[in-house]
Amino acid sequence: MADNSTVDDTTGTQAVKPEKGLLTSVFNFFGGKTLRLNNDIGAMAIFFFRSFILMFRLKAIPDIIQQVYYIGAKSAQIVMLVGFFTGMVLGLQLYFVLVGFGSVGVLGTAIALTLIREMGPVLAAIMITARAGSSMTAEIGIQRISEQIDALSTMRIDPLGFLISPRIAAAVISFPILTAFFDLIGIIGAWVSGCLILGVNSGSYFYRVVSSTQIDDITGGFIKSIVFGVLVVTICCFQGYFTHMRTDSFGAKSVSLSTTSAVVISCVMILISDYVVNSFIL
Amino acid sequence: MDTQREPIIEFKGVSKTFGDRNILDRIDFSIYEGEVTTLIGLSGTGKSVTLKHIIGMLEPDEGQILFRGKPIDQMKKAEWNNYIGQISYMFQNNALFDSLTVFENVALPLKYTTKLKKKEIEQKAMARIEQTELTEVADKYSSEISGGMQKRVALARALVTDPNIVLFDEPTTGQDPIRKNAILGMVADYQKRFGFTALLISHEIPDVYFISNRILALYGRKIVFQGNPEDFESLDHPFRQELISSLENLGHELTGLYSRRQFKVRYQSDLSQRRTDASYAAAVFTIDDLDNVSEKLGHDVAQQIIRSLGSYINKHFGAVGGFSSRQTINEYATVLPYSDLEESERIMEDFTKDFNKHGIQGVKTYIEGEDKPEDGVEFSVLAGLAQGKPQIEIESVMEFARFNQKELARFTCARGGEAQ
Repeated sequence: MADNSTVDDTTGTQAVKPEKGLLTSVFNFFGGKTLRLNNDIGAMAIFFFRSFILMFRLKAIPDIIQQVYYIGAKSAQIVMLVGFFTGMVLGLQLYFVLVGFGSVGVLGTAIALTLIREMGPVLAAIMITARAGSSMTAEIGIQRISEQIDALSTMRIDPLGFLISPRIAAAVISFPILTAFFDLIGIIGAWVSGCLILGVNSGSYFYRVVSSTQIDDITGGFIKSIVFGVLVVTICCFQGYFTHMRTDSFGAKSVSLSTTSAVVISCVMILISDYVVNSFIL
Repeated sequence: MDTQREPIIEFKGVSKTFGDRNILDRIDFSIYEGEVTTLIGLSGTGKSVTLKHIIGMLEPDEGQILFRGKPIDQMKKAEWNNYIGQISYMFQNNALFDSLTVFENVALPLKYTTKLKKKEIEQKAMARIEQTELTEVADKYSSEISGGMQKRVALARALVTDPNIVLFDEPTTGQDPIRKNAILGMVADYQKRFGFTALLISHEIPDVYFISNRILALYGRKIVFQGNPEDFESLDHPFRQELISSLENLGHELTGLYSRRQFKVRYQSDLSQRRTDASYAAAVFTIDDLDNVSEKLGHDVAQQIIRSLGSYINKHFGAVGGFSSRQTINEYATVLPYSDLEESERIMEDFTKDFNKHGIQGVKTYIEGEDKPEDGVEFSVLAGLAQGKPQIEIESVMEFARFNQKELARFTCARGGEAQ
């Protein structure tokens, strides 16, 4: 009897099981991905807005200052180093392009606009992501898996207000300042390679830098850096904060994967949002 | 008695399932104000899950949790904040912020949830740090201190807001026997001092009986027992057998003595074979002023005294056929099944001489006549003897022995140092 019932069950199951077509599988796959992406974007938006609101408290000020030091001051050296060599390479490349047209005089214009409008905000944001964003994800992720975030909730301390809000505020403050450093040091780097090494006139170079830079260029660069700052911090903190919700791994491994995801997603989002912001401000 | 009292927290038909795994199946239990309630259960049976429901970290799939008769899921925001503000939770792994110092960890809840001034926060946090004997490490990061100290930091942080209810999730995990009992002693001590309601998850059988007013037993997704520790010891349920077989050895860790259950089993097996007119002697030893030692010199010193006396009783009376057990936090009972009162008095005299000569092992002690340090703390050991008959309940004989107690030794002990 037992055997019969097993056969019946099996036959029954096979009889009612719908066959999956190729088209259904494709729709299921992409549909599932789209729904998950939609959910993640929604969750991230709520995460950001809740943290943003909690930023405006007097008690948050010492934590914001601490984060400005960590995200801003501690990242300044590496941002300036990268800015300097980026400027040097740009100076070198543009010199040889411009010399072919006999227009080395506009080297200052080319360098200033490239750095201030585009390369400064993007490269500074990527460097800050690598230095501060990754450690933010790892730190918050470890706090999550070691129940430190749960402990905050039990102490009636809002974890978003305690951990995320100061970081978002610090990013909004630090990103434009670091971008300005990057631009400035990049212009100096290009002067070193273009003027000191390749012999372009220094006076002409700096005159072109100042005269060709409009306030809109600077504002545009700052708007971008603020957008990048908000995106990078939100993505990095979100990945760390919800590291325990990952389905592909647990514990330390989930923190490591969250950190990787945070850096990759942040870099991609910097480039995508760069295009979107450009299309609005140009 | 319980039906006449209003529980402070009550679980009514609470169920919880994760995925396809049912953890809690319509559990009902009550926690009463000002008591220490201990939740006992085998590993992975949902004890922490139960605790997390109280603090709102988990929500039941079914059933209700009531706080003073009001369902917590129906509370308004202000009521919820008021409720949650009365509870502290001490995590199993402490959940300390490793990027903050000990002081910052303890001061954290005050800094972010109260309107106290900086100086008041400092004073309050430092008071708790001193009470938990952490003054020397206040400026160290939590990752730089030992596991036992981390537990105390977590305890100090849990108590700094003066909560009404403290939930302890396995506070003794990973500690040595002395430290385990020191932590349990600390919980009992603070509970008495501050009067909070404590709900404790612990595996420390039988040590936890000494500090608990009520025991809850979680087994097979249900609460199979709720009542006082004495009733739990006589519970006839498969859980009790399973628990005893898995945890009984832990009962020997601190003192090397029988658990109370083993003591009773041995008593019954030894005395049931004796003639009804045969007599035996029972002794009860009490450490007086132990609370004072805990308060002034720390819980470690107090536990060392308990351990040392227990080992000494075991060694001395075991050699003459006796068997002993720790009865309460500061009391031991010994049965000399083959000695009458006269003989047992002689044995006790020998014990007294030896004990006074050797003193407490591992603690610097001074006896009468020696130069005592100014910061020394006095305590005494009392002992009383009584004669019993096999047909008389051991509890009655022990009551007589308590009545006959006299001071056996008086010591002054000080912090640090080895045996005298």
